[in-house]
Amino acid sequence: MKEQLEKIREEALKQIEASDALDKLNEIRIAYLGKKGELTSVLKSMKDVAPEERPRVGQMVNEVRELLETRLDEMKGKLAKRAREEQMKREVIDVTLPAKKSNVGHSHPNTIALKEVERIFVGMGYEVVEGPEVEYDEYNFERLNIPKNHPARDEQDTFYINDNILLRSQTSPVQVRTMEKGKLPVRMISPGRVFRSDEVDATHSPSFHQIEGLVVDKNITFADLKGTLAEFARQLFGPETKVKFRPHHFPFTEPSAEVDVSCFKCGGTGCRFCKGSGWIEILGCGMVHPHVLEMCGIDPEEYTGFAFGVGLERIALLKYEIDDMRLLYENDIRFLKQF
Amino acid sequence: MNTALSWIKAYVPDLEVTAQEYTDAMTLTGTKVEGYERLDQNLEKIVVGQIKRIDRHPDADKLIICQVDVGSETIQIVTGASNVREGDKVPVVLDGGRVAGGHDGGPLPENGIPIQKGKLRGVESFGMMCSIEELGSSRDMYPDAPESGIYILPQEAQVGTDALTVLGLHDVVFEYEITSNRVDCYSVIGIAREAAATFDKKFVPPVIRKTGNEERIEDYLKVRVEDPVLCPRYCARMVKNIRLAPSPEWMQRRLAASGIRPINNIVDITNYVMEEYGQPMHAYDYDLIAGHEIIVKCAKDGDTFQTLDGQERKLDSRVLMINDSEKEVGIAGIMGGENSKITDDVKTMVFEAACFDGTNIRLSAKRVGLRTDASGKFEKGLDPNTAELAINRACQLIEELGAGEVVGGIIDVYPVKRAGNRVAFDPEKINRLLGTQIEETTMLSYFKKLDLGYDEAAREVIVPSWRQDLHCMADLAEEVARFYGYDVIPTTLPAGESTTGRLTFKLRVEDVAKEIAEFSGFSQSMTYSFESPKVFDRLLIAQDSPLRQAIQISNPLGEDFSIMRTLPLNGILTSLSTNYNRRNKNVRLYELATVYLPDSLPLTALPDERVQFTLGMYGDGDFYVMKGVVEEFFERAGLKKRPHYSPEAGKPFLHPGRQAEIRYEGAVVGYLGQIHPEVAENYRLGEDTYVAVLDMPAILPFATFDHKYQGLAKYPAVTRDLSMIMKKEVLAGQIEEILEQRGGKLLESYQLFDVYEGSQITAGYKSLAYSLTFRAQDHTLEEKEIASVMNKILNGLQGLGVELRA
Repeated sequence: MKEQLEKIREEALKQIEASDALDKLNEIRIAYLGKKGELTSVLKSMKDVAPEERPRVGQMVNEVRELLETRLDEMKGKLAKRAREEQMKREVIDVTLPAKKSNVGHSHPNTIALKEVERIFVGMGYEVVEGPEVEYDEYNFERLNIPKNHPARDEQDTFYINDNILLRSQTSPVQVRTMEKGKLPVRMISPGRVFRSDEVDATHSPSFHQIEGLVVDKNITFADLKGTLAEFARQLFGPETKVKFRPHHFPFTEPSAEVDVSCFKCGGTGCRFCKGSGWIEILGCGMVHPHVLEMCGIDPEEYTGFAFGVGLERIALLKYEIDDMRLLYENDIRFLKQF
Repeated sequence: MNTALSWIKAYVPDLEVTAQEYTDAMTLTGTKVEGYERLDQNLEKIVVGQIKRIDRHPDADKLIICQVDVGSETIQIVTGASNVREGDKVPVVLDGGRVAGGHDGGPLPENGIPIQKGKLRGVESFGMMCSIEELGSSRDMYPDAPESGIYILPQEAQVGTDALTVLGLHDVVFEYEITSNRVDCYSVIGIAREAAATFDKKFVPPVIRKTGNEERIEDYLKVRVEDPVLCPRYCARMVKNIRLAPSPEWMQRRLAASGIRPINNIVDITNYVMEEYGQPMHAYDYDLIAGHEIIVKCAKDGDTFQTLDGQERKLDSRVLMINDSEKEVGIAGIMGGENSKITDDVKTMVFEAACFDGTNIRLSAKRVGLRTDASGKFEKGLDPNTAELAINRACQLIEELGAGEVVGGIIDVYPVKRAGNRVAFDPEKINRLLGTQIEETTMLSYFKKLDLGYDEAAREVIVPSWRQDLHCMADLAEEVARFYGYDVIPTTLPAGESTTGRLTFKLRVEDVAKEIAEFSGFSQSMTYSFESPKVFDRLLIAQDSPLRQAIQISNPLGEDFSIMRTLPLNGILTSLSTNYNRRNKNVRLYELATVYLPDSLPLTALPDERVQFTLGMYGDGDFYVMKGVVEEFFERAGLKKRPHYSPEAGKPFLHPGRQAEIRYEGAVVGYLGQIHPEVAENYRLGEDTYVAVLDMPAILPFATFDHKYQGLAKYPAVTRDLSMIMKKEVLAGQIEEILEQRGGKLLESYQLFDVYEGSQITAGYKSLAYSLTFRAQDHTLEEKEIASVMNKILNGLQGLGVELRA
């Protein structure tokens, strides 16, 4: 009996070892462990074994069965793995074939630049608000310290609808609209379309965008204005960016400044991009003129503020090195796709 | 404004700076230097030479051989110039030197032209004698230069010395951008004062002494100002026995550097004083002034007047004129008249230095259509106190230059004297505004440098009348800041109550629109808000349509930009057309375009500005693709109910059989469709083009970013297919309405899976097949429940004449 079991074991192991397919393994399983299998028939012949021998023989049969089952499973795993590998070999593809894109659309470069600016100021606690594009003369000029017949009106060639209504020439009227609501403190930026009667060419457009900024609170200082815009410039143009404040004049701020940033192409050493100066002018700013505060019902003895205005197209043209402003309003898909 | 450094130095004698230092420092104190030009750029090794002998060239008729003494030696120079004579002193560029330009006066090469010894037709030449063009200038600036040929230097020039010094070319011309508030800096004196303050040097303005003979001007001339509001001050002085001659070199050089062509001593003095003091002046021929009387008053409507440039000008009753007792002789502050201008025969003249109302000059110049250097200065609003200084300065120059005999006295009509103002000085407030801790004494030292006075007792800064820009504490703060240094002021961030940064709800919804459009393959376009009124015809808009009620710009750039758009289609169609005609395939664009709808015309209140989410495409895709984008946007913007589409959109610019009005909860929120073939032709679009326009303000009330989770279904769904035949006119929307109404809570969803028209069914009929999914939230559906709902649905469908398909 013992010899017979050993023979079965040897024979079965040999067959398992030699099998090269899952169905062969199955055949082996049936041949030895099946209802009519050899090991099963050994068990069936237990009745011929002496009763005192039966536990020992039973144990031997179980040992062989367990061994065969383990080996069968191992072999099955091996064969499955091999089969998978073969299948994967057949499934090799050329990964350098062209991609299948879903042709997502692209944002306008103005929008991309605007989103960057918005992100920076929203992060500093500014609200993003809007104002009307067709605006009263009163808001666009008079309440910004630019009375009728002020020479500054000639500098911004304004489109008029009639004596009192115009196409806003700047986003600054939103300052007035925000302040007159009387909700203090104010921290806002206001992006939007503005209009000036400039003929269309590579650097001019009769319609473009500005981003106005306004902060009004107690104890706001010129130093705060400098710090805020320096931070803005670093976030927009890179951490190494330096800013230069130059005295300037705007009727609705005093003191006023123009701001240059160190050229982000050459880092300030001078290149074609910054016309050799190392600096690029990006915005105008200043402390809100006390008279403007007064006209909006804010007590300039108690509150101070600063304001700034950035040309959005200017930022977009600079950042993305676009050399002709007309491209921004032509909407050629080959242009838009680059952003 | 352009000014030579040498002229500034005349009033700031201790100023020693490089051009770049000057540029940087002046810009940082607020006098922005836009750029500078070195007059000796590319001029090297150029000395005064004297021609000792001239010989003919043996082999060339047009060349001569000169022996030129250049101080250290006498060199031989061959030239083609014909204007030189033995004994002439000329600028000579030596071997290895450099000149700025060619003799033709064309554009100057960037690095000039190097000069080396060489042979001309076999004869050696060791240098070159220079024309004014080769020295980088022109006859406009050096009127004594010959039309072509070598510039002849004055005989006083020392042989062998630097010729550029003799010519006044060792100078730098700065170009300034003066801000409109600093009227005083539109003058050399004003800039010199700023330069002195910037570099902490002494400011030495010209000393004006008493001028004139023993006569009294009143015996010659009367002046009457009838409109003292438009002419707050009128000063007149007279010069007789005029001797016209060229002005001296130094004056010519300064004017030339400022871009003013020297003419003769009288004109040059007038221009010189205008530059120096910023005060325009005018000279009249006394003998042409009828009645020897000057009257300042407005013209009459319809008057015409010939200005000294010979042009006929139309006047009106708001144009201020200078008159004599019979006629108009000049447009005040703009240009004198042909009838009284100074000619070469002038013997006696009247000098005028006046102050005119800036606004009136600006508006008059606009209406008359004549903007001059003088009007450009007047319109900024001049200080009347400068007029007297300037006219006396001019008379002093007349005497110094020997240009005539100044008559004693001045006629000065100045009824209301303009004094400077006083501004309270509060150093603490200034520091609070700037965020600085600047000492009071430091601040006062800045004011002193700027010639601002200080009344210590009253603690007030006394502002001279030329500083019309200083009115309040903030103005003083700027004076402090720019001399303390904008760059030295600390950088801090605003302290105080913190605020929340955010976008408005409207902007957030617009961001969703952008996101969905871009996910769906549309790129963002931007177009102008103004367009041509012809757009309405191009879009087949009816003549009586309210859309034609567009806001007109009163001063547009042209008809094509003259009205504010009332619908957003022209922009997107024009952009699509641009792409189509550049052969770009499959183009999808969107724009968040504002339209401007007036309440009534003419406009009395601000119009309704409505953002239109506008999508347009040609190439791949059809009506239903566009519809899909609309619905994706609705879902993302929180409009989760079913929008309704009505084919009766009534849009003339859309295909009559392929357009739909979009309603959400009963409100019209937009439309979509295919562009009408005729409109497509108008826009040169050769492919089917689809658009969708969503009216954002109508959508906004329904939009929300709130979400509410609904439990995932636990019980199985049951599906039933419904295959139907109906007349073609029956819309899927009508079927779906019935499915929704009758399907009740158990109908979870439905899906159209087949549309068929063709030979298998009767003509004029079509087949639609829907798959319906039923599910209950709380139990497994039983067959009879489904049957009951299906019955209801089928009953409803019968009303539409729908038959089930076998």
